[in-house]
Amino acid sequence: MRPFVYEQPADISAAVAIAARFASNDEQPTRASAQFIAGGTNLADYMKLGVAKPDHLLDLNRLEDTGLRQIRVTDGGMRFGALVRMGEAADHAEVKRRYPVVSDSLRLAASGQIRNMASLAGNVLQRTRCEYFRETSWHCNKRVPGSGCAAMEGFNRQHAVLGSSDACIATYHGDFGQALIALDAVVHAEGSRGARKIPFAKLHRQPGDTPHVETDLAADEIITAIDVPALPWARRSLYLKIRDRESFAFALASAAVALDLDGDSVRDARIALGGVSTVPWRAKAAEDALQGKTLDEATAQAAADAAFADAEPRQHNAFKIELGKRTLVRALLETREMKV
Amino acid sequence: MSQPTILSNGLSRRSFMAGTVSAAATAPLLASSARAETPRSMEQQPRQPVVASLKINKQSHEVSLDTRTSLLDALRDHIGLTGTKKGCDHGQCGACTVLVDGKRVLSCLSFAVMNEGKDITTVEGLASREGKLHPMQQAFIDHDAFQCGYCTPGQILSAIGCVNEGHAESEDDIREYMSGNICRCAAYPNIVAAVLQARDETKGA
Repeated sequence: MRPFVYEQPADISAAVAIAARFASNDEQPTRASAQFIAGGTNLADYMKLGVAKPDHLLDLNRLEDTGLRQIRVTDGGMRFGALVRMGEAADHAEVKRRYPVVSDSLRLAASGQIRNMASLAGNVLQRTRCEYFRETSWHCNKRVPGSGCAAMEGFNRQHAVLGSSDACIATYHGDFGQALIALDAVVHAEGSRGARKIPFAKLHRQPGDTPHVETDLAADEIITAIDVPALPWARRSLYLKIRDRESFAFALASAAVALDLDGDSVRDARIALGGVSTVPWRAKAAEDALQGKTLDEATAQAAADAAFADAEPRQHNAFKIELGKRTLVRALLETREMKV
Repeated sequence: MSQPTILSNGLSRRSFMAGTVSAAATAPLLASSARAETPRSMEQQPRQPVVASLKINKQSHEVSLDTRTSLLDALRDHIGLTGTKKGCDHGQCGACTVLVDGKRVLSCLSFAVMNEGKDITTVEGLASREGKLHPMQQAFIDHDAFQCGYCTPGQILSAIGCVNEGHAESEDDIREYMSGNICRCAAYPNIVAAVLQARDETKGA
């Protein structure tokens, strides 16, 4: 691991100021000299592996700003402080009641220990676990821009079939992010250029020709909170996660679903897909396919077909298309059956 | 680390750090006290050890550490508490589980310096002074909930956290919420039985 200086800024502005001092122009947060740490479950791992190499580690856990640690009900929606831990949000009674999909996505992620450590903002910013990204002896355009992608012709069973490019097929493994994108969440960030709101759907960048550009954030920007807007019918929502083992594994395929039903007819639907894409993935085509339809196995299947119409399989991950479709069909039908 | 705590020799930790980190060498400390108020980032060099005060099993330990030291390595290699085990060192096995402020966490993925001022509990801190085992330790013995024993300290700490979190309501619940602790001897059925027993014994305690 590269040696680093450890610092504990006292508040958000101090943290931003230190980060800004070490940030060069348009440097990616993941490559910056000064980087933020909260739970550390992703960053510490990647520092050990030599994937992340900050010279300055700014510990956000001592920030005085109390809102960072709170979950609050706001205008019918909810605001999640960035430093709230995954486990705390998963067990929060109001979260379970209003947004089962959020609670499910957190509960089914990682392990009890990791959920106690990992912050919500850190969770959404988690980096891919692509084996070729993790191991620094492989070529990886995300880790070393322009070096090539060993996953293309490698063992790519875990890799993405949606949102990929010729430069990168690494999966976004997060679960919480799928719930957030389905619910039109908004991210609050503060940096040296001020505070701003970012629609969650714009936070992550598809790899394209620049897979090392993972998010819209600047190197000196800190996520301070995540807002989930009011959506009363999101009480009929769930997160279904399919894995190689039943617990403590990343999704091979997952679906975040919320349904607004009029009898069996779909007034509105929110759908996001995990385990199959390079970024949190909103499946608008599937939502549109269900609009005004009676939800049954046939319409659910049509929606799933629409969701994966543009999927691009590689040698070992073609199974994810069929698995992803079946996961979505099952999630839709189970959501229909929820008693709310 | 933001609050300069006073060491037993009357020096603030910040001034202590600005100088040498050797507890025995006090002379250079005084010489460097003029730099004491300089922000950490200005004075600190990446390879320069820092002094961290860690409260482990209700006892304070001042240790000089490279900032890269994980809490796990600090416990084992610097403080001599080798009950906490290193399995994968990447957060995948749970062998290094300890309680920090009552919550179970992975000591391999936490830098030691991030844990200053927190209450850390390791397996060495569970039994009473008189040697009476914690109900969870006793339950693991009663149910033969291990074979080689390497994962056991992590299992026990995680199980205590699991019960405290209220996630030991059923066997399925325990299996799900203990999934962060791998046992390659596959003592899982016995571990579940042990957690159930200790849960019932500690309820309302």
